[in-house]
Amino acid sequence: MSNTQDHIQDDNQIDSYRRKLLGGGAALAGAAALGSGVFFTSIARAKPDAEPASSEIRWGFLIDTNKCADNCDKCVTACNDEFNLTGFGRPETDAQWIRTVTLRDKKTGHTTKLPLMCQHCAHPPCVDVCPTGASFKRPDGIVLVDKHTCIGCRYCMIACPYKARSFVHETIENQKEYGPRGKGTVESCTLCVHRVDKGEIPACAEACPEKAILFGNMNDANSDIARRMASTVSTEIRGDLRLDLGVRYQGI
Amino acid sequence: MKPTTFREITGNSKGYYMLLALLGLTVAAGLGSAWYMEHNGHWVTGMNNQIVWGMPHVFAVFLIVAASGALNVASMSSVFGKTSYKPLAPLSGLMAITLLTGGLMVLVLDLGRPDRLIVAMTTYNFKSIFAWNMILYNGFFLIVGIYLWTMMQRNLNQYSKTAGFFAFLWRLALTTGTGSIFGFIVARQFYDAAIMAPMFIVMSFAFGLAFFLIFLLAAYKWTGREIGSYLINRLQKLLGLFIAAVLLFVVIFHLTNLYVTQHHGVEDFILAGDNIYSGLFWVGYLLLGTIFPLIICYTSAFRASIGWTTAAAILVIAGGLSQMYIIIIGGQAFPLDMFPGKEVSSSFYDGVIVTYSPTAPEVMLGLGGVALAFAATLFAVKILRFLPLSLANAKIDPHHSAQG
Repeated sequence: MSNTQDHIQDDNQIDSYRRKLLGGGAALAGAAALGSGVFFTSIARAKPDAEPASSEIRWGFLIDTNKCADNCDKCVTACNDEFNLTGFGRPETDAQWIRTVTLRDKKTGHTTKLPLMCQHCAHPPCVDVCPTGASFKRPDGIVLVDKHTCIGCRYCMIACPYKARSFVHETIENQKEYGPRGKGTVESCTLCVHRVDKGEIPACAEACPEKAILFGNMNDANSDIARRMASTVSTEIRGDLRLDLGVRYQGI
Repeated sequence: MKPTTFREITGNSKGYYMLLALLGLTVAAGLGSAWYMEHNGHWVTGMNNQIVWGMPHVFAVFLIVAASGALNVASMSSVFGKTSYKPLAPLSGLMAITLLTGGLMVLVLDLGRPDRLIVAMTTYNFKSIFAWNMILYNGFFLIVGIYLWTMMQRNLNQYSKTAGFFAFLWRLALTTGTGSIFGFIVARQFYDAAIMAPMFIVMSFAFGLAFFLIFLLAAYKWTGREIGSYLINRLQKLLGLFIAAVLLFVVIFHLTNLYVTQHHGVEDFILAGDNIYSGLFWVGYLLLGTIFPLIICYTSAFRASIGWTTAAAILVIAGGLSQMYIIIIGGQAFPLDMFPGKEVSSSFYDGVIVTYSPTAPEVMLGLGGVALAFAATLFAVKILRFLPLSLANAKIDPHHSAQG
């Protein structure tokens, strides 16, 4: 087991899911005895294609903005590389699935930096407004766009309180097979669903050198993310909208 | 009063064909613009990831709102029993259909994937106001079509009052749905207001009547058919009433926002900003689109004047387009309030007022929709009996013979 994988395992666990697939306490005890790194390589972490996403899981991020370093955009670069989001040099129309945002308190001058992406709401306005149902939420909380039924009306972009979505303004080439994109449709962060279903963590979380982005199952009380959420203060952006976000922040 | 005689217009003059050709060319230019935008992708337009709805939506929503309002003249006779308007009811129904067709053409051709219209027509998410609207638009065509049929086929006339009543209810639902596209959006400072739905309904009264007046007055002037001062004056006053009603709703909308501290930023931006939106509000909407036409509609010097009434209607349309631009573009240009009390900056234009420069193809597509509505109306009155032979005072005014 490599150090990198161990490190990731420390910070990011997909526990509940893994345990179910391992099939009960005996298997779990056996696996645990092999050491903490073992889960990461185990095929048991992956969700079989035929198996539907489970509503018992709520995938999400806990982002510690205190760790988010100035001049660092490794999460953004990782996302762009993962999905080939190469721009056309037109910042107004180029897609951005994740961006770093700098906040400056108007009274105190205190600055904070944070990565902002689709917040994977439990009650997503984009899903509510989508006329064809192309915007949808998986039972495990991941909000996606069905590229086959999106008609490109952009109502979801009007409705999203986080400006998390981009419209594909021109012909796309060199797409990744796991992340199809198409001119005239809307897209956003998929929470790297192709990785998560294989038992891996999203590209941005993996790339963050400060481990500021913690990924995991928020519904599993034993997961790192749930434990940290239980022990420290974290907030939702525009929590007043009561959208029950899959992304929470520390330090804002 | 004798029953009204309806006749097709002759429509074989040079002027008729030139007008039809001009409108046809504008439609063609609109279609060409749509092809250009779809072929290249929307980056060739002024729209982007910040201003996702642009000029096509200003025209489309304006035409759709006007469509339901155009039906109003028919509703005045069938629902509210104003018999003076009865001879105008067929044209009113016709324009409701043609304006909606023009608006939907623009809306559909601006979609990222207009080729997937069949998906939109067959796959519904019933929580989406857009999905409701698709049902409302299709139902509107059907119900107004039936209403027209009952009016124009003599042995079905007995059903026209019932059909007119249902058409009236349906048009109220349709405009409620259109206003709610914006009213239900919690994310944006300028939307998220229930008043949007009734405001759009009164806006539809004014915009629809304005389109109706422009066509009606031009048709009677150019065909040499008589239209009496009684009817023009009544329509003038009706237009004035609708303009005043819109003003009331606009005032309430802004006063509510001005009362709430949270909305001061966006109100300042729309009403007192150094930008096009404030200019459009005070000059486009208030001065040109409201005060001037109100003066025309209610001052005796302009009473029953075809020219001035047409001018008032054109001004109402200019003011209405200004209003739509403010709501649709201005509402998106103002930044989302994600982090109260913070200055926000990013590579994705967070925290800044974004700019929008509409391009020619967008405007052409919008004008194409307007042209389609007028061309279809112009063609329909040539092949079917929509227009009364005479709208002279003696034919319209129930008290005319008594006075005479």
